[in-house]
Amino acid sequence: MNVTIVDYNSGNISSVINSFKEVARDKVNIEVTSDLDKIKFSDKVVLPGQGSFKSCVNALNQINGLIDTLSEFAINNKKPLLGICVGLQMFADIGYEETETKGLGWISGKVLKIDNKNGKYKLPHIGWNQINLVKDSKIFKGIENNSHMYFVHSYEFVPEDKNVVSATTEYSSNIVCSVEKENIFGTQFHPEKSDKTGLKIIDNFINL
Amino acid sequence: MLKNRIIPCLDVKNGRVVKGINFVDLQDAGDPVEQAKIYSDGGADEICFLDITASNENRDTIYDVVEKTSKKCFVPLTVGGGVRSVDDINKLLNCGADKVSINTAAVQNPEVVIESSKKFGSQCIVVAIDAKKNGDKWEIFTHGGRNNTNIDAIEFAKKMEDSGAGELLVTSMDRDGTQVGYDIELMSKISSKVNIPVIASGGVGNLDHLVDGIKLGNASAVLAASIFHYGKHSVKEAKEYLDLKGIPVRI
Repeated sequence: MNVTIVDYNSGNISSVINSFKEVARDKVNIEVTSDLDKIKFSDKVVLPGQGSFKSCVNALNQINGLIDTLSEFAINNKKPLLGICVGLQMFADIGYEETETKGLGWISGKVLKIDNKNGKYKLPHIGWNQINLVKDSKIFKGIENNSHMYFVHSYEFVPEDKNVVSATTEYSSNIVCSVEKENIFGTQFHPEKSDKTGLKIIDNFINL
Repeated sequence: MLKNRIIPCLDVKNGRVVKGINFVDLQDAGDPVEQAKIYSDGGADEICFLDITASNENRDTIYDVVEKTSKKCFVPLTVGGGVRSVDDINKLLNCGADKVSINTAAVQNPEVVIESSKKFGSQCIVVAIDAKKNGDKWEIFTHGGRNNTNIDAIEFAKKMEDSGAGELLVTSMDRDGTQVGYDIELMSKISSKVNIPVIASGGVGNLDHLVDGIKLGNASAVLAASIFHYGKHSVKEAKEYLDLKGIPVRI
């Protein structure tokens, strides 16, 4: 089996690579590439993302044909795709970080700045927070409710259809931190930095 | 609920762990990769490497340490010390650091903070503020605490937030290595001035100091070195103690 981590100059992805390689060991081949054919023919795709919504969307657009290839993979062919952090946020129709930017539009919704309640809450939301599992998601197999995950973000994905939400976390408000829509998965937190429970989520995704 | 973080810090020199008393009198305390793994297995919320003498010496050894550690530890790894340029930050991130802390360069050339936070995102840019009390204010020191810049630490903290820092790592130079506790006044002043998380550092001698850093200093995270790596306390003990004192921690 091949799992491809999309390398599209979206910032630091070495931790994502290390964690997938740790979990995959020799059983699964982990590719790190922006090669369209490799993405097309892989079994699963991971879409990481760091920095701003705008910079990540721009970086995707910089690589000719990448967005079409990803859409074909996830939307037409319905193969498993995992978005992490801004990777998840880009599923939305639109994001408002830096400036209004069009997203991939795979899951209807917006990416908005977290309400810090007039400075009462620090932003970015950095650190370990508990996740509240709101529906059975295949990537949460064996993950207990209220498990701790590592977060670092200032923006949140607000999907239109709440049925896609698989987990939330409590900060200044109830924040969507995981989504599942058919074959499309996303986590706002960083499973690659969430110790053993995070690695378990990666393992679940690899073993889908 | 967001938990307060406990961050063990390993001072690294030439690829080995050391801990200074006020940044001198260094003692060797082992291999950083193994130490980091022990900490992450013990429940550390993050690991911090500080390449303490890097401003003056060849620092290629730190890249190797970061690369090896990031393949074994799956909690956030912050690396600082001698980070001068966007290139240095890029190199550390590529080796597997999740965040890079910038100290002297942020003071001498704030552009580095602006540029790197734009390029890599604020989430991986930590500005390390080394401050020393002078009368009724605190002044910024650079070069591992050797040079006084006469810059007001509180105003500088705000400026760094505006420049794109995602977090501030605030060290009291008066307290560092003394084990008498954090400079609570400094921590709470900076924490109330900025809207980004503050990591308290410098002076931890016992577990109550960690409690004070969070409860009185309003720090989001507490960093300590010697109480952990000489085996005085484990990270687990520290967390259980904070939990007992009503501080939310990841257990």
